[in-house]
Amino acid sequence: MRDIAVISFAQTPGRRSVPELNEVEMLMPAIHGALEQVDMTIDDIGFTCSGSTDYLAGTAFSFVSTLDGVGPWPPIQESHVEMDGAWALYEAWVKLQLGELDTALVYAYAKSSPGDLPMVLTRQLDPITVAPLWADSVSLAALQARALLDSGKATEADMATVAARSRKDAMDNPNAQLAWDRPASELLTDGYHIAPLRKSDCPPVTDGAACIILAAGDVARSKVERPAWIRGIDHRVEPIHLGLRDLTVSESTRIAADKAGVAEGKVDVAELHAPFSHQELILVDALGLDSETSINPSGGALAANAMMTAGLIRIGEVANRISNGSADRGVAHATSGPCLQQNLVTVLEGDA
Amino acid sequence: MPEIQLPPSLQGVEPVRSVRTPARLDYTFTPGEATSRFLKGITQKKIIGQRATPDSRVYVPPRGADPELGAATPIEVEVAQVGTVTSFCVVNLQFYGSGMEIPYTSALILLDGADLSIMHLIQEIPADQVRVGMRVEAVWRDDADIEPTLESIKWFRPTGEPDDVNVRIPGEIRGTGLGSWPGGVAPTELTVRNPRTGLGGTAEFGGEG
Repeated sequence: MRDIAVISFAQTPGRRSVPELNEVEMLMPAIHGALEQVDMTIDDIGFTCSGSTDYLAGTAFSFVSTLDGVGPWPPIQESHVEMDGAWALYEAWVKLQLGELDTALVYAYAKSSPGDLPMVLTRQLDPITVAPLWADSVSLAALQARALLDSGKATEADMATVAARSRKDAMDNPNAQLAWDRPASELLTDGYHIAPLRKSDCPPVTDGAACIILAAGDVARSKVERPAWIRGIDHRVEPIHLGLRDLTVSESTRIAADKAGVAEGKVDVAELHAPFSHQELILVDALGLDSETSINPSGGALAANAMMTAGLIRIGEVANRISNGSADRGVAHATSGPCLQQNLVTVLEGDA
Repeated sequence: MPEIQLPPSLQGVEPVRSVRTPARLDYTFTPGEATSRFLKGITQKKIIGQRATPDSRVYVPPRGADPELGAATPIEVEVAQVGTVTSFCVVNLQFYGSGMEIPYTSALILLDGADLSIMHLIQEIPADQVRVGMRVEAVWRDDADIEPTLESIKWFRPTGEPDDVNVRIPGEIRGTGLGSWPGGVAPTELTVRNPRTGLGGTAEFGGEG
């Protein structure tokens, strides 16, 4: 495999709503920030790939107009996924593996706020049997949480511990939208939002954007002191029908983690795309992580959850910690679809 | 395909051949910074384009980014309310949501001082006399009815000036990108000037050929 590294990462601060900007206006600071950090322009980029979905803002072909923020002229090599930007990064990584290009720009963005997000997300469900029921994303997550509690693998206190730790860690993250310090025991006294989920178990609705630059081999070494090398990356999907899955485990994450080689070394840091508190418990189990690993030091998706973007941000958060020397090896996870349907696992390492 | 065994209650029942699952989602749309500034200009009966740098292209209506430079467009430039028809189509079909009396003409109009055509209606001339190169001017609603929408311009009408025989569709030399590349060859950095580096392209067409 060709050595490919994350060499730059930029994100906009997560906000409940960014009504004063359109999507490309919100996105440009992330793209320009990522390029400027490594003294590059679009003319230094071989391949551009983005992740977004027009359903969120209800703007047709918004992914075409946001490409204007890159400067795609003369024509560039470009692609888009209707998925989280983590999958755009995967496509870019594959493209760079072909060996003809050395650099890639990956970006993702979402204005999650213009619509009723849990209702908008019903459109990703099976269109014949489930989507017509308008089963919203929070209710489906609550079904999963209930199944997990009933299985005896976790308790509401475990969930509250995740929620409390994430928001407390988020206090050190300037890009976090939701950050506070309340003990888990206190969270348990809150009423249910959609039982068994409390508000504290749920992610905020977030508008935001992020951008990552990938570079191969010597190009990466020439741009940054300590590239965050992608040592393994894999993604797996489970059936669209929730009834066909055991919602208390994440088999797709487990397989992806195995293929990406998570267990082949010590994991200093893991950034998990777990929008709901109980999902972190499922993911930690599927990834085989233990107390040696710092989980979601950024606060994770419970602190800011820009749709189509929070997964890419997980990769960037791990890469930053490797590049700044605070970690040597880390795992980034991204998810898509209801109840952790699809999962992508990336293993990143710094040079020894 | 395995034979599907229906439960007794469904046997002999007319099969479902199709299902309708109507969906509706409501959104709160905000136009963003650049378009807001443009629409505020419209409320003063001004058409204000935007550009990224003093030398770069002027976009009307502005969407916030210059696609050639990949940059924001903070500089405002008021453009003329007179322009040239670069393309048009005569609409002969009534369609949902349109209150227009057919036939009518929808046209791309390159306003003087702008580098991007706006789409608007041509009226006060029979549809079959509209032509590329025709000079047209904006006709505004009554002052009391001006709102932050491009519909505050009711339509464009002929100015009576001679046609602009040199009219060019922006990008026509290098192709529009819609399957009409000249010679069927997509532009590359060898044939198209890179607006950021100034490299590439042929001088004959100002670097655009």
